[in-house]
Amino acid sequence: MTIHQLSIFIENRSGTLIKVLDALKEANIQLIATTIADTAEYGILRIVCAEPMRACEELKKAGIAVAISDVFALQLDNKPGSAADVIKLFSLAGISITYIYTFLLRGKGILVFRTDNTDLAKKTIEENQLPYIAEADLTDWA
Amino acid sequence: MSRDERSALQGKRLHKIVEYVYHNVPFYRNKLQELDIRPDDIQTIEDITKLPFTTKKDLRDNYPFGLQAAPQSEIIRIHASSGTTGNPTIVGYTRKDIGVWSECMARCLTAYGVTRDDIFSVAYGYGLFTGGLGAHYGVEHIGASVIPAGTGNTEKHLKLIRDLGITGLACTPSYALYLAETMDKLGIRKEDLKLRVGAFGAEPWTESMRQEIEARLGLKGFNIYGLSEVMGPSVSYECQMQNGSHICEDHFYPEIINPVTLEPLPAGQTGELVFTTLTKEGMPVLRYRTRDLCSLLPGTCDCGRTEVRMGRIQGRSDDMLIIRGINVFPSQVESVVLSMPEFAPHYMLVVDRVNNLDTLQVQVELRQEVFTSTFDTPAAVDELEKRLAAKLKSVLSIAAKVQLKAPGTIERSQGKSAHVIDKRKL
Repeated sequence: MTIHQLSIFIENRSGTLIKVLDALKEANIQLIATTIADTAEYGILRIVCAEPMRACEELKKAGIAVAISDVFALQLDNKPGSAADVIKLFSLAGISITYIYTFLLRGKGILVFRTDNTDLAKKTIEENQLPYIAEADLTDWA
Repeated sequence: MSRDERSALQGKRLHKIVEYVYHNVPFYRNKLQELDIRPDDIQTIEDITKLPFTTKKDLRDNYPFGLQAAPQSEIIRIHASSGTTGNPTIVGYTRKDIGVWSECMARCLTAYGVTRDDIFSVAYGYGLFTGGLGAHYGVEHIGASVIPAGTGNTEKHLKLIRDLGITGLACTPSYALYLAETMDKLGIRKEDLKLRVGAFGAEPWTESMRQEIEARLGLKGFNIYGLSEVMGPSVSYECQMQNGSHICEDHFYPEIINPVTLEPLPAGQTGELVFTTLTKEGMPVLRYRTRDLCSLLPGTCDCGRTEVRMGRIQGRSDDMLIIRGINVFPSQVESVVLSMPEFAPHYMLVVDRVNNLDTLQVQVELRQEVFTSTFDTPAAVDELEKRLAAKLKSVLSIAAKVQLKAPGTIERSQGKSAHVIDKRKL
């Protein structure tokens, strides 16, 4: 029910981001979504891509601090308020969201979020029959 | 006292101190026996070259009380300074030691022109560090009013300096400049203050820093030198000539040696400064290697004092850094970094001086294997950073700013000195 996201530690200085992107390019990995959580000194670059496990191995080979995190990716209706409606379900279930971001996949809005309460999140998704995407959806994408 | 008279006194005291440690400190008895030296072989000050050296490592190896000569019941004060590993150097003082220390400190202050009419603020750190209490007792000994300001709380301190008409100030030179900065910020002019004398030390400083401090605080700034292993501040001091620092050599006998061959060097040549405490009871040291590089100035001083003068400290013969008056060894940082599995065994200390205050930044590399899924938020990384910073603070006694680096980005170094980037212009 979750997808693999790459989380990459990058220092705030020129040349660090391109090192990551070059390594992915070299490995022929298709990026699907990226977002960065930045601080004054470093950033955590989060990447949704095709073949995340292979991407992770390639990045490690390039000496990059990378980890795989499991995140949920729900499909949203393309209309105002759909994100609010979905998040409200988790909120009512008492689930804290660590971070969220969105991207478009084949014209559909995808909401990515991470929570430490994975079991309850899965239950909420099942009970409400929320459409989620799986890793295969990302691999086929290219 | 003429030089000859003093040499005779030093010889007599040296004999006595060697006899004292021979009978009270197994470490020294063993060392002297190894060299086949009996206390009676030491009769004049020239005989000092027969004696063994003492190093910081000896103090560390005999932690905590191994070099203490007086019984614990005679010790009335214990100070501690940082060591190269987790163990600090412990120095115990008897009542007589505190008396000698106060006397030497009073000697320094008197040379600066301080009298019982002065109001004197001590803004060295109070506590384990010898600066605060050392200066404090000297000011009291003279009979001036002492303000135990300590460090920090700078705005309140400045208010007191102004409102109480404080005339004297003891602190690190960098803190003096920080005071000046704060004055500018608060709109306090030096004309609003009555400061006239400053006793600055515990870290290296330059003639241009002196000029800046004097111009901005409106006082005359004098150097004071000391180290806790020998006593604390008051080992040497500048007189009104400000041409080298007179050593209280009736208590602390100085030598300059070649740090490699350990041979004594003649006056005027630069080498490592070595001290023998001639009168100390708590923890006397024979030929303690300070690692400070300087020279003893030949000739006599125009002020009339016959005490020998030492020139400015020109550097160190080891990798010790002095940051905000505190001794910091790269190996201390190393021990902390190695104790945390999250970090690779590569680190860099970046020392700088920002707004006249020393700053220490410690760069460490994240280990790729431990960068796991929990590290996908800044909060998790910050927590790791804070944990390291707290450990460093407890080991170093000063705050260090931690900077996390990606794996493989810190230059692999050969030798200890390559772990340090010191950007301070001294």
